[in-house]
Amino acid sequence: MILKKYSALFVLTGLLAGVSACQTNPSVNNADQALQGKQESRVSDSGVHSFMLKNGMKVLVKPDHRSPVAVSQVWYKVGASYEYDGVTGVSHALEHMMFKGTENLEPGEFSKIIAANGGSENAFTGKDYTAYFQRISSDRLELCLKHEADRMRHLQLNEDEFKKEIEVIKEERRSRTEDKPTSLTYERFNAAAFINSSYQQPIIGWMEDLHSMDLDDLSQWYKTWYAPNNATLVVAGDVDPQQIKKWAEKYFGVLQPSKIIPPKPRREVEQMGERRITVKLPAKVPYLLMGYKVPVLKSLMDKGESVNDVYALEVLAGVLDGGDSSRLSRRLVREAEIATSAGAGYDPYARQQTLFLFDGSPRDGHSVKELEAAIKKQIVAIQNKPPSRQELDRVKAQVMASSVYEKDSVFYQAMQLGTLETVGVGWQKKDDYLKKIQQVTAEQVQAVAKKYLLDDSLTVAVLVPQPTDTTKQRSVRRATGGRRGH
Amino acid sequence: MVTKKSLIAFGLLLINGLSTSVFASPDIQHWQTRNGAEVYFVPSNDIPMVDVRVVFDAGSARDVEVGKNLAGTALMTNGLLAEGAAGDDAQVLAEKFEAVGASFGNGSLKDMAWLSVRSLRDDKYLQPALINLKNILSFPEFNKTAFKRELERLKISVKAGKQSPSSIASLRFYAELYGDHPYSQPSQGTEESLKKLKLKHLKTFYKQFYVAKNAVVSIVGQLTTEEAKKMAEDLLANLPSGQHAKKLPEVKALSESKTIHIDFPSKQSNVLMGQVGMARGDADYYALYLANHAFGGSGFGSRLMHEVREKRGLAYSTYSYFSPMHASGPFIIGLKTRNDQLDEAMGIISAELNKYVEQGPEVGELGDSLKNITGGFPLRIDSNKKIVEYLSVIGFYDLPLDYLDTFVDSVNQQDKKKVDDALKRRLHPDKMLTVIVGAKSE
Repeated sequence: MILKKYSALFVLTGLLAGVSACQTNPSVNNADQALQGKQESRVSDSGVHSFMLKNGMKVLVKPDHRSPVAVSQVWYKVGASYEYDGVTGVSHALEHMMFKGTENLEPGEFSKIIAANGGSENAFTGKDYTAYFQRISSDRLELCLKHEADRMRHLQLNEDEFKKEIEVIKEERRSRTEDKPTSLTYERFNAAAFINSSYQQPIIGWMEDLHSMDLDDLSQWYKTWYAPNNATLVVAGDVDPQQIKKWAEKYFGVLQPSKIIPPKPRREVEQMGERRITVKLPAKVPYLLMGYKVPVLKSLMDKGESVNDVYALEVLAGVLDGGDSSRLSRRLVREAEIATSAGAGYDPYARQQTLFLFDGSPRDGHSVKELEAAIKKQIVAIQNKPPSRQELDRVKAQVMASSVYEKDSVFYQAMQLGTLETVGVGWQKKDDYLKKIQQVTAEQVQAVAKKYLLDDSLTVAVLVPQPTDTTKQRSVRRATGGRRGH
Repeated sequence: MVTKKSLIAFGLLLINGLSTSVFASPDIQHWQTRNGAEVYFVPSNDIPMVDVRVVFDAGSARDVEVGKNLAGTALMTNGLLAEGAAGDDAQVLAEKFEAVGASFGNGSLKDMAWLSVRSLRDDKYLQPALINLKNILSFPEFNKTAFKRELERLKISVKAGKQSPSSIASLRFYAELYGDHPYSQPSQGTEESLKKLKLKHLKTFYKQFYVAKNAVVSIVGQLTTEEAKKMAEDLLANLPSGQHAKKLPEVKALSESKTIHIDFPSKQSNVLMGQVGMARGDADYYALYLANHAFGGSGFGSRLMHEVREKRGLAYSTYSYFSPMHASGPFIIGLKTRNDQLDEAMGIISAELNKYVEQGPEVGELGDSLKNITGGFPLRIDSNKKIVEYLSVIGFYDLPLDYLDTFVDSVNQQDKKKVDDALKRRLHPDKMLTVIVGAKSE
């Protein structure tokens, strides 16, 4: 295929991530509690060593000795979905400030130390997590743990640094969201799709909230969430689990735990009919987003229901958009020639119910309306008839192969463990995944399509391009009374 | 998810610099197929899988060799290969890969065009994937319906580029910097060139450039040398030997500074500033690589990032890089900043560039960069994916087989004097091209 799916790609690169409220996870914590009592480490079938420090911090180690390198990641149970009105973006802003010095290090010094040791480092914020990582030669890993532990409890939030950094964050927002028509459409789509769930909030925060954010907001956030008993350390690569345990105890084990009060649940209320918005902004190509409310692993576990639907939804996404031979590419791009690109996506790893997404752009000569009808036709087709044996086999072969390919990246393996643990389903669920997918039947795929892809739980957003010619654009803005930040 | 630093920086490491060191580099084996393709192989036995990547000197720099104003030919040719081959249509070809869990990729930039497959090692998966790849390489059908469809899609992609200020800036930058050199044309073509493009152009392009002597095959995976030899031989057996593509013309540097400001309704002004940089194999490569690392090539810790972002909060992303190519690739400084602070940020960047060329890096900065490059070497070759991409670069640009082994030493041999000297000779702040896309301040 020639074109990068500029739209589908966008959806698949992480906008799916995240859900909302309700924090602790009693169902998966039994094993952890046992661990905590005994201070022993365990090894899973997939070679993951796990143990709990006395202060409640969890440690996961995945040895992989192919190269003399390691990755260290510290995951906090806090992210955009923990935020409330008026302080959206505070998790991400704090993430930026975590590089700006502690009681022991100058602003930027941690980064300099890592760089001087040949490492690379960064951090990322999602709806349900904030995580910090370093990639480094395995013989220098101790440095990372030492300084990561330092900033968990000894961050020094400095007003002057904050004043500059909040401007950097606004630039980041302009770059990632405001100057990208599809991103801006996604942001509005998300805000429209969720009624009361905090998944309606953009991870980077509304610009309005960034304008009024102050150091106290960050300070409060840091105090509330940054504690060893709200964090997981994941180390993967050329390491000895016993050595990691010693270092973890030495650097993280001495930190005081906090009393963590889980966020209010804010579980999404039932949607009572389709929601639909248009987004008008300077652009060239129309863009369609559709999302149906669907459960995730965690939301079903919380309710004590069978989690099989989640794996069936994964297979459904694969039948629709798991490669070039899947239905959307085949029917919409190649056969009907209605779409220039069309994608579907689903992420089962979030704290709360999320969206099963479709997106696409019509070919010239076709309307977004036709594209929407064509996508719905594909949904109806699978609701009326289970996918074929070949389609199911193809999705399962891809999942099986991916489980081998992912071993090529220690970073990705650590990401998986950290995500599962932090959204509250437990890292052990990674070991079930392959088996659970293999068990999904064609009838189950049909059944979840019928159960969840319902018109009454659908949200639709359409990007309606406006002129990008600046003179025309300005008059449009005036005419619609548009308002912008400073 | 939102990441803190610019992702661009990650990408640039790959394009921009390989490095090596005291750590064991992969043992690279090299040979030719009977019909003349270069093969590079690294055995890797830890994971039961195989990566193969076939690269042709068939990027958009070759578009002009098919005819005038036919930008997009290389990309369309590469894209059409998997849209129908050996009696199978696009659907069947895709199914054949996906049924065995193989992932197929292809693409085309200015220099290179490539096809790649990652497969499980077991022959019951690997062999069908290889046969499919061989068919795509050897017997593409250039079917009319597929051509029309993909051309329409490409046109929409070109149109979508016009809603992206960074894409507008990049296209204009290359057009201005490279004038009548083939690098000036966008790989994906233009509205005008795509109107002219015919199926016959693709067929001509394929015949000339998708030949064994114009190909580099890179293989990494759980194979013996014998198995890899047989695999490469089979894969290309149906390609004619043909000829290697001819040398690209020299690039003329700009003789004076030029600034272009395109008015666009974006919140940020997207700035690209630069000049003609260097080609692969340039004598100053290591000195300039090191110089750029400290200036804007290493994210935090680089001078640009420090002055523009950390000290003043003027941007999320600012960076610089050399992109060494067959002919001289560009040196580029990038910046995005709110429209009303464009002048301030530009002033800082210009001043820093002037100062850097005049005075060179500080000894401390240079030492930091050397430590980062040396210590970070193992991270650059820690996966099969990265190694197979490096093999392609080494093979494609005809770099020495010990390129990886000697990279760190070559960088370590640089010192302030050499770097200062290279900067003065090679970077010319008075002859910079600057392209800005953003709303002009009212």
